[in-house]
Amino acid sequence: MALLELNGVTRHFDIRPGLFARLVHKAPMRHIKAVEAVSVSLERGEVLGIAGESGCGKSTTCMMIAGLLAPSGGEIVYAGESLASQNAEAQRRHRRQVQMIFQDPYESLNPRFRVFDIVAEGPRAQRLWPEREIGERVEAMLAGVGLPPAKYAQRYPHEMSGGERQRVGIASALVTEPDLVIADEPLSMLDVSIRAGILDLLKKLSRERNFSCVYVSHDLSILGNIADRLLVMYLGQAMEVGPTLEVIRQPKHPYTRALIGAVPVPDPRVRRPVPKISGDISRPVDPPPGCRFAPRCPFAEQSCREQFVELKASASAGHQAACHRLGELPLEGL
Amino acid sequence: MSDAPQTLLEVRDLNVRYATAEGDIHAVSDVSFEVRRDEVFGIAGESGCGKSTLIRALLRLLHSNGRTEAAALNYDGRDLQTMSDRDFREQILWQEISLVPQSAMNSLNPVYRVGEQTVEAIQAHREMPTAQARERVAELFDIVGLQADLMNSYPHEFSGGMRQRAMIAMALALDPGLIVMDEPTTGLDVLVQERILRRIREIRSEIRSSIILITHDIAVIAEMSDRVAVMYGGRIMEQAATLDLFESPHHPYTLGLKNAFPSIRSLGQAGAELISIPGSPPPLIGPQHDCPFAPRCPFSIERCAGEIPPARQLGADHQARCFRLDDVVELREQARHKRTWHSSN
Repeated sequence: MALLELNGVTRHFDIRPGLFARLVHKAPMRHIKAVEAVSVSLERGEVLGIAGESGCGKSTTCMMIAGLLAPSGGEIVYAGESLASQNAEAQRRHRRQVQMIFQDPYESLNPRFRVFDIVAEGPRAQRLWPEREIGERVEAMLAGVGLPPAKYAQRYPHEMSGGERQRVGIASALVTEPDLVIADEPLSMLDVSIRAGILDLLKKLSRERNFSCVYVSHDLSILGNIADRLLVMYLGQAMEVGPTLEVIRQPKHPYTRALIGAVPVPDPRVRRPVPKISGDISRPVDPPPGCRFAPRCPFAEQSCREQFVELKASASAGHQAACHRLGELPLEGL
Repeated sequence: MSDAPQTLLEVRDLNVRYATAEGDIHAVSDVSFEVRRDEVFGIAGESGCGKSTLIRALLRLLHSNGRTEAAALNYDGRDLQTMSDRDFREQILWQEISLVPQSAMNSLNPVYRVGEQTVEAIQAHREMPTAQARERVAELFDIVGLQADLMNSYPHEFSGGMRQRAMIAMALALDPGLIVMDEPTTGLDVLVQERILRRIREIRSEIRSSIILITHDIAVIAEMSDRVAVMYGGRIMEQAATLDLFESPHHPYTLGLKNAFPSIRSLGQAGAELISIPGSPPPLIGPQHDCPFAPRCPFSIERCAGEIPPARQLGADHQARCFRLDDVVELREQARHKRTWHSSN
């Protein structure tokens, strides 16, 4: 059984016009359609990468998975139980089982807490263990993320480098022994030379502790190094999902192809072709009914503009794409 | 044009220090490079390596506790060091050397229309009737790929990529000989970045300005620049023609950076595993006596502590600061293995 299942999950936000605009201009209510009918699953021990640009709905999706935001449509099933039907006790359990690692290690740690207390805060708040056991677990956790407690436990965040702070962020996410970790761009604020170390740490810990991970990033070359499967989103719509290397090497959706083609390559001999995409990304405010990518798609036909399309199976197992013209298009691989 | 000297900007032995309560921070030490006509000169480095300080020192934008010293600082045959601040502002800044600042996205004034701001920038430096200046702005917008009618929009109506293009338009306004771009695409979405990089390449084929491109993104450097300097701990550790740097890197830090940087093209291939460089950058407080990379370098020898390696010429256009340059073939081979960098694993 999958640990997590999203079945047609949708989240809309209302934009209420101001009183004046309503009375005088008769301005209608508008809707941000942040996430639209996304269906995807996550197995135990698996790392699912979510890739996409600003406004693609990746953060909203994470908030819903973490139980911090209710979907306005569809259903999220965690360990066989729908999040919507959870009582207060089950919600508390869910919050312990799902933890987040945040993007900015400079902003997300309490500057007045010592490292030990930052990591101990979650277990203390949830009264998971007696204080003595919390102390032991926090020290073991710090050692596990490469911060020997003798040296680091009594430090304040400002006494540490960005990489060390992100290790603290990882320790405080993992100390409650979650089944699912949501990592939202955990490397983007870190220097290149230390990123690989944090990636290795996450991979090592997910093996040792057997947790699943939703790893959100806009950087496909990083996702290619950590994710088992990749979900590509655009303006709230799931565009493509499949085994990471297969999605990157043989994309089935024209948006995925454009995204991959736009990633700069650290090799001066490589000349990338110009990605086939037109115009600028818009915002998912009252989007037209069809495929969200249709206005920028070089292959769009009339039906693409009229009808929404969900993920559907391609010729290759486990590889799905949301494209009306799936399988018809001449998309070259990488 | 052909008999003009090749060198546009010459920097020799530039040092920048910040005075702080804890002592002097040696942010930039003994930096020498030149920028030639019609080239993109890339400066690569991580946070705290001194790349932004270097640029601020060149443009005289340092904070009041910053001090600059150099053996030579010449632009197009003019000695910048003997020039007064006023002359520098009136004759060099924007006219000859312009800047696209880091987070240029937030550098526009939110209460002025974008076009007006650009007109103002032009008129601050050149006497030009407003109608003519507006024509020039329309032309600039066209060069950077913005529709001319967007001149009348406010910054909040622009997306991040459009604001960045507007800043590039502003930097181009007075036909400068040199444009400094500080992390021009950092923080932008990948498709927007792609477009801006392509646009910069197109602009280069139309105008003859040189560009100094500063970024931590080695892939952007690889795609955009003709020559590269790699900075670490306030020093240029290696500089070379871009192809040369990627095909025959010499400095251990360059080798380490290449290992640590992911490439979408080599995912899943043997030997493409990412390897981080253990440790973190050195504090730059107080006078330095060691190679700044030595504490993180798997190849450091006794000499690396207590002596700063001088820049050694390796080819016509290739220099590096390392005592072990003669062993480079062996070091390159060893650097490919993770155990070299992480002995405990």
